[in-house]
Amino acid sequence: MSDFSTWDILRNLLLAARWTVVLSLVSFIGGGLLGTLLLFMRIGKVSAARAFARYYVELFQGTPLLMQLFLAFFGLGLFGVDVPAWLAAGLALVCWSAAFLMEIWRGCVDAVAKGQWEASASLGMGYLQQMRHIILPQAIRIAVPPTVGFSVQVVKGTALTSIIGFVELSKAGTIVTNATFQPFTVYGFVALIYFALCWPLSKSAQVLERKLNVAHRNH
Amino acid sequence: MSLIEITEVRKAFGDNEVLKGINLDVQPGEVIAIIGKSGSGKSTLLRCINGLETINAGSIAVAGAQLLPDELHLRALRLKVGMIFQQFNLFPHLTVGGNVMVSQTVVKKTGKAEAETMARKMLDRVGLGHKFDAYPDELSGGQQQRVAIARALAMEPIALLCDEITSALDPELVQEVLAVVRELAAEGMTLIMVTHEMKFARDVCSRVVFMHQGRVHEIGPPEEVFSNPQTAELKQFLGML
Ligand SMILES: Nc1ncnc2c1ncn2[C@@H]1O[C@H](COP(=O)(O)OP(=O)(O)OP(=O)(O)O)[C@@H](O)[C@H]1O
Ligand SMILES: [Mg+2]
Repeated sequence: MSDFSTWDILRNLLLAARWTVVLSLVSFIGGGLLGTLLLFMRIGKVSAARAFARYYVELFQGTPLLMQLFLAFFGLGLFGVDVPAWLAAGLALVCWSAAFLMEIWRGCVDAVAKGQWEASASLGMGYLQQMRHIILPQAIRIAVPPTVGFSVQVVKGTALTSIIGFVELSKAGTIVTNATFQPFTVYGFVALIYFALCWPLSKSAQVLERKLNVAHRNH
Repeated sequence: MSLIEITEVRKAFGDNEVLKGINLDVQPGEVIAIIGKSGSGKSTLLRCINGLETINAGSIAVAGAQLLPDELHLRALRLKVGMIFQQFNLFPHLTVGGNVMVSQTVVKKTGKAEAETMARKMLDRVGLGHKFDAYPDELSGGQQQRVAIARALAMEPIALLCDEITSALDPELVQEVLAVVRELAAEGMTLIMVTHEMKFARDVCSRVVFMHQGRVHEIGPPEEVFSNPQTAELKQFLGML
């Protein structure tokens, strides 16, 4: 009764998975850049910037990603701005990732022992010199595993954008199901593709964590 | 003229006044031991001299320059006064050589070759020239502390502050660090050290400061302070040991 072979289903899903990958990359890289900016505001010395970064994180961590997508999509529409789904999806995910990455990284900066600040201060280093030569090199090392781990959340987060009509993997799954009436096969493939994207990431986060821990103990 | 002049220094954390008017003048080349019970404010005093804590009242002058709480003055002061910590606080991401070079190249803008020469010289001085390329976590505690001393010396300070620098060490490693300090003292370095090593204080120090409840309770040459304590508190403290 259906004109769709299993290969057709898989091909369509894989084509849509490209957009999941692109959206994930954009969100992660864009979020990383924005997150870095926010991080420096948050740990810097300007109190207005610190407050801004703090409220930013509270806002984006305190509301569901779904609401942020709706607001980006419909909210901007209220102001007469016609936002295409891909733009709303990208924008919301970048802002959302930035908030989480900044929090992760701030934790890593905090994790650098207080004695490191004091020792470098006692050697006459100023704030920026301490950051650049002593604190950040150590914080980055700590930050790699949780950052890679968070990229899994970003990939999964892109699934939500199907709700505002962005055709990525999940949305494609729904469309193909409606055409083929084979939900089990279709969503089985969808799940497999997500797994193929996420598993290497979470696995490498684990491996990195172990490796960097060892590296930290004896080089 | 005194090298370090501490006048009526007060420091409080919230309602807790930890230093209640400290007066202490240190001459060039003097070695001062600060002793006293836990919580008497010894560390806090050292941290104030180095500007790691800001004082609430009084004044601290080093080589005639006042300690002011702005970044520029603080950094100028810290170039004159080095500090060694109980927990070593070496930079774990840098080699031993890197630890001793980084502040020279970053703060003093010394060229790399020159900084390396200085680093090797200072590491030789503490007997660790051969560890130049090792990482801190490959060293024993005693060796790490000696690297910390070399790192401070590389900035050519006129005085060193040492806060219980042997307290985190295994007993068998204490002497190697004290030997380095002893040598520095013999070479005429001005030292202010918080210590529990009474024998060392007696042998090496020019004056001993007994702190009690945020005040300098007794001060004098070690023979006097140890053999002939004037106050009940010092007698009790020495008896406790
Ligand atoms: N950052 C801080 N915030 C609040 N209180 C502090 C701080 N640092 C020190 N104190 C308090 O100041 C008092 C003196 O502390 P300090 O570390 O100077 O004592 P100490 O003589 O060095 O003691 P110890 O022999 O245990 O090292 C203590 O009561 C301590 O709790
Ligand atoms: Mg102390």
